[in-house]
Amino acid sequence: MKPVKRKFDAVIIGGGGAGLRAALQLSGSGLNVAVVSKVFPTRSHTVSAQGGITAALGNVTPDNWHWHMYDTVKGSDYLGDQDAIEFMCRHAAEAVIELEHMGLPFSRLDNGRIYQRPFGGQSMNYGGEQATRTCAAADRTGHALLHTLYQQNLRARTHFFDEYFALDLLRDADGYVLGVSALGIESGEALVIEARATLLATGGAGRIFRYSTNAHINTGDGLGMALRAGLALQDMEFWQFHPTGLPGSGSLISEGVRGEGGYLVNNQGERFMERYAPHAKDLASRDVVARAVALEIHAGRGCGPNGDVIHLKLDHLGAVLIKDKLPGIRELALRFAGVDPIDAPIPVVPTAHYMMGGIPTNLHGQVVMPARFGPEEPVPGLYAVGECACVSVHGANRLGGNSLLDLVVFGRAAGNHIIETLRDNPFPRVLPDNAAEAGLARLARWDQSGQGESVAEIRIALQTLMQTHCGVFRTEALLRDGLTQMDALETRLGAVRLTDTSRVFNTARIEALELENLFPVARATLVSALARTESRGAHAREDYPQRDDDHWLKHTLYSRDGDQIDTKPVRLKPLTVEPFLPKERTY
Amino acid sequence: MRFSIYRYDPEHDAQPRMQTYELDIEPAGNMLLDALLRIKDEQDSSLTLRRSCREGVCGSDGMNINGSNGLACITPLTGLKQPIAVRPLPGLPVIRDLVVDMTPLNQQYKSVEPWLNNADPAPEIERLQSPAQRAQLDGLVECIQCGCCSSACPSFWWNPDKFVGPAGLLAAYRYIADSRDQNTDARLDNLQDPYRLFRCHGIMNCVSVCPKGLNPTAAIGKIKTLLVKRST
Repeated sequence: MKPVKRKFDAVIIGGGGAGLRAALQLSGSGLNVAVVSKVFPTRSHTVSAQGGITAALGNVTPDNWHWHMYDTVKGSDYLGDQDAIEFMCRHAAEAVIELEHMGLPFSRLDNGRIYQRPFGGQSMNYGGEQATRTCAAADRTGHALLHTLYQQNLRARTHFFDEYFALDLLRDADGYVLGVSALGIESGEALVIEARATLLATGGAGRIFRYSTNAHINTGDGLGMALRAGLALQDMEFWQFHPTGLPGSGSLISEGVRGEGGYLVNNQGERFMERYAPHAKDLASRDVVARAVALEIHAGRGCGPNGDVIHLKLDHLGAVLIKDKLPGIRELALRFAGVDPIDAPIPVVPTAHYMMGGIPTNLHGQVVMPARFGPEEPVPGLYAVGECACVSVHGANRLGGNSLLDLVVFGRAAGNHIIETLRDNPFPRVLPDNAAEAGLARLARWDQSGQGESVAEIRIALQTLMQTHCGVFRTEALLRDGLTQMDALETRLGAVRLTDTSRVFNTARIEALELENLFPVARATLVSALARTESRGAHAREDYPQRDDDHWLKHTLYSRDGDQIDTKPVRLKPLTVEPFLPKERTY
Repeated sequence: MRFSIYRYDPEHDAQPRMQTYELDIEPAGNMLLDALLRIKDEQDSSLTLRRSCREGVCGSDGMNINGSNGLACITPLTGLKQPIAVRPLPGLPVIRDLVVDMTPLNQQYKSVEPWLNNADPAPEIERLQSPAQRAQLDGLVECIQCGCCSSACPSFWWNPDKFVGPAGLLAAYRYIADSRDQNTDARLDNLQDPYRLFRCHGIMNCVSVCPKGLNPTAAIGKIKTLLVKRST
């Protein structure tokens, strides 16, 4: 049966913060926009973001975007592209104010302005005293942001394809991206969406790890689509382990807890971050704190009956502050750790949280690849924004509060670029008849029934492998061994069969398609981690413990074909200001 | 532990049925969602449900648990009477197993125009709001649209097309209560109707099931008060 065909000016894959911000820009300009999302948009993982969105509003302490930029460059361990970082930090204040004008229910200061709290890695005056830069709606900022953007899109009459799973990009012979093939989850029917611009906003892929703060849905679908289209992924070795995830469930305990005055203690009751980061202490960068927590546990100074957690103490903050500013955290701690943080510390462990790498883009959100004229030539018709993209503003380590900012600043920028491009190129290209073939063939593969291993077995094996072989600390031997095991697992993937043959809301089939995306993302991560023989930001190699700017002040590019690693230079030149040159990074 | 789970696949089943599962799982420290996903992973991959954040903020896994609506991901197994009866949210068309069609809820949500209206030129900075004004939104903005409330409401069961329902009315009041919004009159007009608001008879099922501890009945009461005030 031929799939149903629909046609839009632009199609956005993913209904989280990045996708919805871009969609709003496009719908607002009168374009016909479709948002394809495998879940109802407000179920997207943006909803779980807690602590806030960073912008140098200066509502609490003096601030300006130059300081924010400095902190972000330093936080990135100098791997972030400074033109993109300048762009993001310059536009941060207006992006946040715009959200407020849309109705986002920010917490407030006594003077009526947006409440801000201190977060890790924030400083005044280029490395001076702690800054207070993260704008918050209690500890539910992501929820507030996502619902506000969804509401604005309802108002703007964006077309929503809720519960449609994107399969693959549609391309023509010249490499132009012309839309996407998708599967209607409820109907079980394929759909072809033709569009003059296609934007990937599919979020992260934290589910490559066994223990992750990420939602079940974070399976790197856009990354899988990009790799299958022959595109490369950038800086995939850089995964942020958040210092404070709940053991077991993996739920995030916001950095906002430490921003409000909470701190970490080991089983001696020692506030150990004073040793690792004498100045910033518990508000050092996340990579620094996560490694410290891992080292303390490893050294036998962990808390709890098994000595395998660290305690996050906030009872000294008082019930009033906790209930007012950290109500969601209290709820999570009560439910998933059985502790009321008003009385007792929360047990935490470093937990996979955020993918700094992704689909390489420029600061208009255009996907860029090495081609004839240089390392960064736009792929016509294709954009990527948010966690699935690597623009790269986070470099080797993202600062807390910068991810929500990334979504809205670059979501808007990509929207604007699409508007201009469509205006200047009014005539659509012809969609080849067979453009959707590859995606539909992949779908048909899962119609094979019979005996075989289950999707769940292979998924859990993959997640366990990544947890063991590609965690906070890495070595060549560990990574190589992981890669060998992954080869074996991938062979087993070929023998997996589904037992659920229904067409209606077949989530077994969706999980199989997700697994096909998790695999190449995990492989990209292992191969990139093996290639980078230095320690930088979140990538800590025990066998190469130093940062090596002579050889590795550059981005990696992973291509699926032959597991190839290429590199491209870091953009050290900002748009208008002087560059921040690499120096030793201490907190 | 023993589970009795509602199963219905329109492609294969003429009638819905309850299916029994046994699972070796420690109740302490596990949520109902953990059990359901283990059943799906280990015993029966065809068991169909929605899930995303697994921590009670995305609103995907609303279902009826031992007769009461709630989110599977934040319902501890400890304390649930066995066999644990798991059914889809009531009053909504079942698509498959525990997955219901949320369209009636989404339509009603949209019908209250849940977005800020302010006709004044936007200032360069934020629209100011005092902490006291912002506190008026506490208990309103936390809604996750899981549908537990409206699908527990007999008035919504009867008139899902005409009665906005607790979730939609909470969203309506969220903007009425916002000091930055200028559309209160139009919002009240939109609800002044025998069905849209006034089908709420205050039985408070919505309050007792809300997994976020919100109180739609109180919000509805405040809208009614405003309507009364306006007419006098």
